[in-house]
Amino acid sequence: MTKIRISFNRLLDEEYSKLIFFIPSVILLAIFALPLIALVLRSINSEFFNNAFSEQAFKALRLSLVTSSITTVLAFIFGTPLAYILARWKIKGKSWLEILLDLPIVLPPSVAGLALLMAFGRRGLFGSTLTLFGISLPFTTAAVVLAQIFVAAPLYIRSARIGFSEIDSQFEEAALLEGANQWQLFYEVMAPLARRALVSGAILTWTRSLGEFGATILFAGNLEGVTQTMPMAIYLGFERNLGVALALSMVLIFASVLLLMLTKKIEKHRQD
Amino acid sequence: MKRFLALPLLLSIFLTACGVAVTPTLAPAAAQIPTLAPTAVPLTATPEPQTLTVFAASSLTDAFGEIGKAFEAANPGVTVTLNFAASGALRTQIEEGAPADVFASASGKEMDTLVTGSLVTKDVPQIFLTNKLVVIMPANNPAALEKLEDLAKPGIKLVLAAETVPVGNYARQALDKMNGSFGADFKDKVLANVVSNEDNVKQAVAKVQLGEADAGIVYVSDVLAAPELKSIEIPADLNVIAKYPIAPLTKSANADLAAKFVEYVLSAEGQALLQKWGFAPVK
Repeated sequence: MTKIRISFNRLLDEEYSKLIFFIPSVILLAIFALPLIALVLRSINSEFFNNAFSEQAFKALRLSLVTSSITTVLAFIFGTPLAYILARWKIKGKSWLEILLDLPIVLPPSVAGLALLMAFGRRGLFGSTLTLFGISLPFTTAAVVLAQIFVAAPLYIRSARIGFSEIDSQFEEAALLEGANQWQLFYEVMAPLARRALVSGAILTWTRSLGEFGATILFAGNLEGVTQTMPMAIYLGFERNLGVALALSMVLIFASVLLLMLTKKIEKHRQD
Repeated sequence: MKRFLALPLLLSIFLTACGVAVTPTLAPAAAQIPTLAPTAVPLTATPEPQTLTVFAASSLTDAFGEIGKAFEAANPGVTVTLNFAASGALRTQIEEGAPADVFASASGKEMDTLVTGSLVTKDVPQIFLTNKLVVIMPANNPAALEKLEDLAKPGIKLVLAAETVPVGNYARQALDKMNGSFGADFKDKVLANVVSNEDNVKQAVAKVQLGEADAGIVYVSDVLAAPELKSIEIPADLNVIAKYPIAPLTKSANADLAAKFVEYVLSAEGQALLQKWGFAPVK
């Protein structure tokens, strides 16, 4: 057995051993790249600009950008303290909380949409109480944001939690010895140390909410300018005419690439 | 180290999203390869198994579910696979090469597009049923709607199918007709009450069933499938008659079976099943 292994290893000289890394990577990259290339090639036609720069496309893109940005900001404001508690404080039932927060990541968005309807729909568990105050969430832009928070904010919380928990506790102890209170400890020591995790988590949440479809269509519906986000416009474009769906997809890809480049730049700039 | 923070996270999302445990599935798959060949042989002895793929409009969900089963019972060895979506979405899928044998559309427009693209032979599509529109409300009728004119009451939550979906298009045509009876701005007032343009008729029905919307304009056949709903009839002169065409597809790999299915849908038996689900038969 050992003999065989040794001779096998000898077969793998420097060049061949590189292939072990190279071939699987190329195959996987092809799976990501080929559909996108096909999409670009198919969308190039004379109707492209008419389809891509329609008023519907503009409204949908604007709504997508606004809602996903709000979602990311809310995830940051509410998710950072939660992630911090989960990472640094000793509390009971922590693992259950972590399961609760990981669940939306693994659940299909359709389940998320149904769950939101059951909770905040007009006849939902809490929806009927909200109705008493004249608040009705389904079919509103707020419902779009709520669906995105449910589906995408856990990504930020998860990333932030891991970031905070990787910080060596001697930093914490040193800060507390110097007389820092909990806020100073967080703001001046922990948050800067976890900065990269926070930024990459925020990017994940932002891009995931930009692509949110399943929970939104169930919980928020589809109305131009109010709840029709880009993924929804693309899906309905598919019913009308493939050219529209392709053009809108291109616009969304272009916007996503642009914003991802921007966030990468910010991330890099902060590191330097 | 922290640079790679996102990587395991992304990987775990990907794996859980697929619902696949990678390592265990690989081993049994490899182990099964030698056993596949011998078991495949005896299958050919029984009547040749055939699969018929039918693409049908969402409104046909219940009726074609039953027709598919009846067709399977009448033709041993045949499995009917049904794919329901808005007719336009199905049409696009067929244009992009989806392996369908039969297309049953809720509008002539989508069928005509396929005829133009030579995916359906000219003059082959036949109208196999008609359907008409109705206004539906949740069982408790939260907006207290009683007559068609109430659809224009400000602030009610109305759900339609998107204009690109046949029933959504028919609903807008009906509203055009109602302008003549209820005043020229009736349609605009009603459309101002629309809170969502759903991607197929069943989604519109579901939103009303859940009580999220106060009303929806759908097919009469949908009410039969959801008897708890309240409804307001639309009189014949204001209604729109939806004519559903059906045809085998030219690229079908089972042309004979496809033709047989179309024949069955148009037979007395098939028509009776459609009538049972609230559609108006043509024969």
